Amino acid sequence: MDFEVDKIRQDFPLLSQKVHGHPIVYFDNGATTQKPRQVIDTVRRYYEEENASIHRGVHFLSERSTETYEKAREKVRKYINAASTNEVIFTSGTTGSINALAFSFGEKHLGPGTEVIISEMEHHSNIVPWQMVCERKGASLKVIPFNTKGELVMAEFKKLLSDRTRIVAVTHISNSLGTINPVKDIIRLAHKFEVPVLVDGAQALPHESIDVQDLDADFYAFSGHKVYGPNGIGVLYGKEKNLYDLPPYQGGGDMVDCVSFEKTTYNQLPYKFEAGTMNYIGASGLAAALDYISEIGLKRIRDYERSLLEYATMKLMTVPGLEIYGNAAKKISILSFLMDGIHPYDAGMVLDKLGIAVRTGTHCTQPVMDHFKITGTLRASLAFYNTTGEIDRLHAGLHRVRDMFG
Amino acid sequence: MNEIQEEIIAEFEVFEDWLDKYNYLIELSNDLPIMDPKYKTSEYLINGCQSKVWLRADLVDEKIRFTADSDAIITKGIVSLLIRVLSDRYPAEIMDTDLVFIDRIGLRENLSPTRSNGLLSMVKQMKLYALAYKTKMAQQ
Repeated sequence: MDFEVDKIRQDFPLLSQKVHGHPIVYFDNGATTQKPRQVIDTVRRYYEEENASIHRGVHFLSERSTETYEKAREKVRKYINAASTNEVIFTSGTTGSINALAFSFGEKHLGPGTEVIISEMEHHSNIVPWQMVCERKGASLKVIPFNTKGELVMAEFKKLLSDRTRIVAVTHISNSLGTINPVKDIIRLAHKFEVPVLVDGAQALPHESIDVQDLDADFYAFSGHKVYGPNGIGVLYGKEKNLYDLPPYQGGGDMVDCVSFEKTTYNQLPYKFEAGTMNYIGASGLAAALDYISEIGLKRIRDYERSLLEYATMKLMTVPGLEIYGNAAKKISILSFLMDGIHPYDAGMVLDKLGIAVRTGTHCTQPVMDHFKITGTLRASLAFYNTTGEIDRLHAGLHRVRDMFG
Repeated sequence: MNEIQEEIIAEFEVFEDWLDKYNYLIELSNDLPIMDPKYKTSEYLINGCQSKVWLRADLVDEKIRFTADSDAIITKGIVSLLIRVLSDRYPAEIMDTDLVFIDRIGLRENLSPTRSNGLLSMVKQMKLYALAYKTKMAQQ
C-alpha cells in the first residue's frame, strides 16, 4: 500500500499554514516535530475533563488521572519492549534523563581513576552532564572518534574499553550527521567488561523501532517532543537491577516512602526517580503520539523516510558546490550540508523567507563541527509528513541562495 | 544621527520583497570598509552561536570610530548599517541613540537574543565602548 502522505499531513494542523506568503516547508524535525491532532486533542481533553494531581488524592478525578498516567507508562513500556513498568521513568526529556542518570550513576560508581566513554558525535546533552560528574568525582572522559563518513571507529572503541571504564554513553542516531550507530555491538562489547551502556535515543524513537531488551541496553533516554508528542516529557529507561542500586536524583514529593527530620526512606521504582508533580498530561500526550505512530506503522514510516532521504540526497548533490556532511552507510533522513563559500546563516535566512524551515549552526554538536573544521552546517531533517515536492522547493531555494551569495 | 536613520528607512521602503531587502544588505556588506585581518582576533570577537562579529573602537577627535566585520554576509550588511548610524559620533550621542530603524525596516528579529548572530551583543558592546570612552574623557 502506498504511503498516503497527503492524508497524513491533514493530521498536522500546523503544516497547513503559510510563512512569509509561502506554504511552510518544515525541515527542522530533528529539533522538534509537529503534533498530530490526536496528540493535541488528548492533551486538550485531559485539561478539560480529567485534570487532577496524580498519586495524591482519594477523589474521583485524582484516581482517574493516576490511572491515565500509569496507562501511559505501560504504553511506553510496550512500545520500547521494557520488561516492566518499574523500568520506565518519566522525565522532562532526554536532557533531563541523562542528567538524572549521570548524577545518580556518578554518585554510586564514579571516582578517581574511573572512566566514562562517550563519542565524538554526541549532542551536548550527552557530553556536558558527564563532564560535570567526571569533574566532581575526579573521573575522566574518553571519546570514541568517528571517520570521514561520520561512522564511529569501532576499533578505537575497543581500545578505550578497560577495567577502568564504568559506563558507556552513546547516541543511537546522530542529530547532526544522521548516522545510525551500531549500538547493539557497542552494548555487547561493553558488557564483556561488565560495563553498562546508556543510549541517547532522542533521534532514534521517531525513525526506528526500539526494543531495549533486544538491544540489551542498560539505560535508554528519549524525548516526547521529538517523537510527535508534547514538550516537557521524556523517558529514562533502565534495567530494574541497575535502577534499584542507584540513589535518587532529586528529592521531593512522591519519591519518598517516609519522611522525618532524622531519616527519609525512598519510594519504590519507578517513583524513586519521579520527584514532585510529574508532567502527567505530557505523559498521556506521549502515549497518544506512540499510538499514532503505531497506527501508521514504523516500518512504513521508515521505508517512506528512506525514499525521502534518497531523493533529497540525489537532489542536493546536483546543487553546485554543495557538500553533505555525514554519509554513513546507515543513516536516517537528516542532511547536514554546506555550499561552497556560503555561510549557513545567510543561506538559512534566505530559505526562511521562502517559507523553508531548516536549522543552521552547530546543532549542539560543536565537536562534530570541529572534526570537519567548519563552524556550522545547514541541516534539513525530514519526517514522514514531508514530501518530495517540499524537497524540490528546498532545491530551488538553494539555487536562489547560490544566485544571491555565490 | 536620526536623519541617517530616516535615510536608511527610506532606502528600505522601496523593497517589497524580502529577498530584495537581503540583496540590498549584501550590497551594503560589500561597501563596509575592510577590517584589518590582524584585528580579527578573539580580543575583538563577539561570538554568536550562528555568526561571528568582530568590532573595534577608536577615539578620533573625541568621537568614536567603529570598524567591524562578520563572517556572514547578511549579518555584515546589518553591521554596516549600525556603523553608518553609530560610528564617528560623540560617546554621549551613541549612548542616547534609540536604534528605531532596525524595527522600521523589519530587521528586528535579527537583533533578538534567540538569533544569537552576534548583532545584539554588538549593539551592547558599541554602547559599552561609548560609556567607557565617556568616563575616560570625563576623568581627563
